Amino acid sequence: MKLALKVTEVETLSPLVKRFRFEDPTGAELPVFSGGAHITVEMPEGDIIRRNSYSLISDPYDGSAYEIAVRREDQGRGGSLYMHTKVSEGDEITVSTPSNLFQLDLRARKHVLIGGGIGITPFLSQLKQLDMEQKPYELHYAARTRDEAAGLKLLPEAAHIHVHISDEGARMDIGAILDGQPLGTHVYTCGPEGLIEAVADQAARLNWPETAVHSEAFTAPPPGEPFDVVVKSTGQSITVKADQSLLEALEEAKVKVEYSCRGGACGRCQTKVTTCDGRILHNDHWLSEDERGAQQDIMPCMSRFKGTRLELDL
Amino acid sequence: MPNTEFTPSIPSRPTYTGLVSQGAAPAIMVADEAGAGALIDLAASDASVMDHAHVVLIGCGVDVLRTPAPAAVHEAPDFEAATPVITQLLGEARMGTQLYLAGSEGLIGHVSAIAFAQGLPLDVIQSEHRGPIARRMQCVHCKGITEDVTTDPFTCSHCGLTLFVRDHFSRRLGVFQGVCVDAETPGVVPETVEIRP
Repeated sequence: MKLALKVTEVETLSPLVKRFRFEDPTGAELPVFSGGAHITVEMPEGDIIRRNSYSLISDPYDGSAYEIAVRREDQGRGGSLYMHTKVSEGDEITVSTPSNLFQLDLRARKHVLIGGGIGITPFLSQLKQLDMEQKPYELHYAARTRDEAAGLKLLPEAAHIHVHISDEGARMDIGAILDGQPLGTHVYTCGPEGLIEAVADQAARLNWPETAVHSEAFTAPPPGEPFDVVVKSTGQSITVKADQSLLEALEEAKVKVEYSCRGGACGRCQTKVTTCDGRILHNDHWLSEDERGAQQDIMPCMSRFKGTRLELDL
Repeated sequence: MPNTEFTPSIPSRPTYTGLVSQGAAPAIMVADEAGAGALIDLAASDASVMDHAHVVLIGCGVDVLRTPAPAAVHEAPDFEAATPVITQLLGEARMGTQLYLAGSEGLIGHVSAIAFAQGLPLDVIQSEHRGPIARRMQCVHCKGITEDVTTDPFTCSHCGLTLFVRDHFSRRLGVFQGVCVDAETPGVVPETVEIRP
């Protein structure tokens, strides 16, 4: 379901990060959500509509608005640049209703939240939910410099909220954070792959159960070299441009593909590959290593192709 | 006597895969008299498993535990007495602590439910069934729990309804669910049979 909203606030949080607030133009209440949820924002430019998913950073129980924080990626395929350069207060904007691929496990005795860089965003809504539910938690926010740490303006000051600025010599010590946590603790990480892997490695070393270790790494689809794709049912050949994802190219050609997160995390857009003369560049977090190697499935929201012929069962 | 093999049933029905040593990690072990045999076998496979183990024995004495000495042993006459001890041990435990449960389905279900309430994922709890197959059944109507149920149907020890022994299990409460067997046709009750594994 889509919502036609109005941009009511745009705030610069850091040189690279802006906060956006969206409200219903008639002042109606928006559907509430749960901590860690995201919305997909539509960014029309000429003939194409780009859609990026962003974590909600506002209060999950507050239906008066949705807020997101967007980091400008100059090397990206243009979604975040669009948000930074084309969207201003008073504009209309179309977004999806919220969905959540990064929920808290509320059975946990304690929650440890670890955010690196812009990966702080899903935790901003989660910590409001944890405060509301009166659940014990601690949050660790790591950034290179204070100037880059856009989340600082959005985090309350509290004893259980820890900021680690590596340029100030306060690097985050993951071992020290995880060691000695009470039985029944769950840890959640969002940020660069390296951080997610480091937390998972350290947790495994300390005998944490895998089911107590959660992460979210979904990002916007990467740009790449243009390539062609063939739709099996119609024989139609479609060119995927450098700054377009395969999913966006299919949508532009009016080929219907189911989707949800558009970040390679939810599995909804998984599509069968009927011919693959070349190599699929898998950029998702959904397919297993075996499935990647088999080259019989592709996640069009994130993945690209290099070779002579890619035909999809669409 | 090895781990009991139960007939495959609905997904709700718990299964017990047997105890496997996780080495000399801090551990909480809970067993009844029959379950102590599983702890003895566990220690025989790896004596170091007892190095940092707190053992809670329910309804039996430490003399049944013929293993290398654990870090500590706690004895309790029944579930009611054992519950605060287990809750305290879990409350003080750190991540990485292993939980080993051995004995009746009632014991495994009861302690799993306490650990579950403290945030421990159920898939990391090790369990082995030993001894009688009697079940702890909750009456879904009055919510009372009847201990040591060995027949199907049985009479709820709280409200007196005749209850059908289901494989439907509540992980939150750690008990099987019993449902009135003659609600549609009062008095028409199937023949009573012994429950089977």
